Amino acid sequence: MTIYAVFFYIIAALIIAATGLAITRKHMVHAVLCLVVSFFGTALLFYLLGAPLPAIFQVIIYAGAIMVLFLFIVMMIRIDPEKTHRFPLGHYLAAGGICGAYFVAAVLLTLLSGPRARQPMPAATASPFDFGYYLFDRHWLSIEMISLLLLVALIGTLHLGLGRVGRKQKKGGGQ
Amino acid sequence: MIVPYTHVMLLGGVLFLLGMICTLTRRNLIMIILGLEIMLNAAAITFVGAGLHLQQIEGQAIALFILAVAAAEVSVGLALVVCIYRQTGTVDPQCIEGNKCQLKPDQTG
Repeated sequence: MTIYAVFFYIIAALIIAATGLAITRKHMVHAVLCLVVSFFGTALLFYLLGAPLPAIFQVIIYAGAIMVLFLFIVMMIRIDPEKTHRFPLGHYLAAGGICGAYFVAAVLLTLLSGPRARQPMPAATASPFDFGYYLFDRHWLSIEMISLLLLVALIGTLHLGLGRVGRKQKKGGGQ
Repeated sequence: MIVPYTHVMLLGGVLFLLGMICTLTRRNLIMIILGLEIMLNAAAITFVGAGLHLQQIEGQAIALFILAVAAAEVSVGLALVVCIYRQTGTVDPQCIEGNKCQLKPDQTG
């Protein structure tokens, strides 16, 4: 067991513990903060698996931007966590059935994987230069589509956020 | 030498399961979107691990696309949640459909 493997198991335990805490918290602020820890752990894992550039993006975009967006929304919306209802028991049984079926399938597929998947993986690192060159060499169309998708998301968010205000102003101007 | 690929797959599978549990059992639109984020994150971990296993840089590229799609999805999703909260005053999915959350006593708790 090399030092890399020790790091991997520590980081994996950290990620699973933080995510498990996040999905069981009653207060959404606690859940979001636990998930930030989980995403930092994921960034460390990406670095360990030889992907430094996705690791940096994980910290900047996931832990930095998306989670801060969640925090803002949680602060905007006022919910009493003591007053929230729970599903009836039958819904929990159905959800448990779906999750159990998925987990059994996942473990079976992992156990049935070939002998090559059981060998320890050799360590390798893709430098940011190689990664960026590959990305813009092979996937330039996907990059453009992603930028278009982000633009559409921006316009849609603006429309949803400003829709009622804009209509009210228009009505007020007409009168 | 790092760990075998099956262990990375198991980590991704367990994370996906946690996200699935969060999405299926929480009655709060924000927590449902949080569960979706956890599931996307698990998929990204699996892709990066597969990229290392096959010695291909492709997995990291897909992880980057997953990141971008997650950013777009969460921004639109949270804008919808804020819209719903402004119109109905709740983020409980069952209370949105106009029945004003009149739950029977056996459905609460």
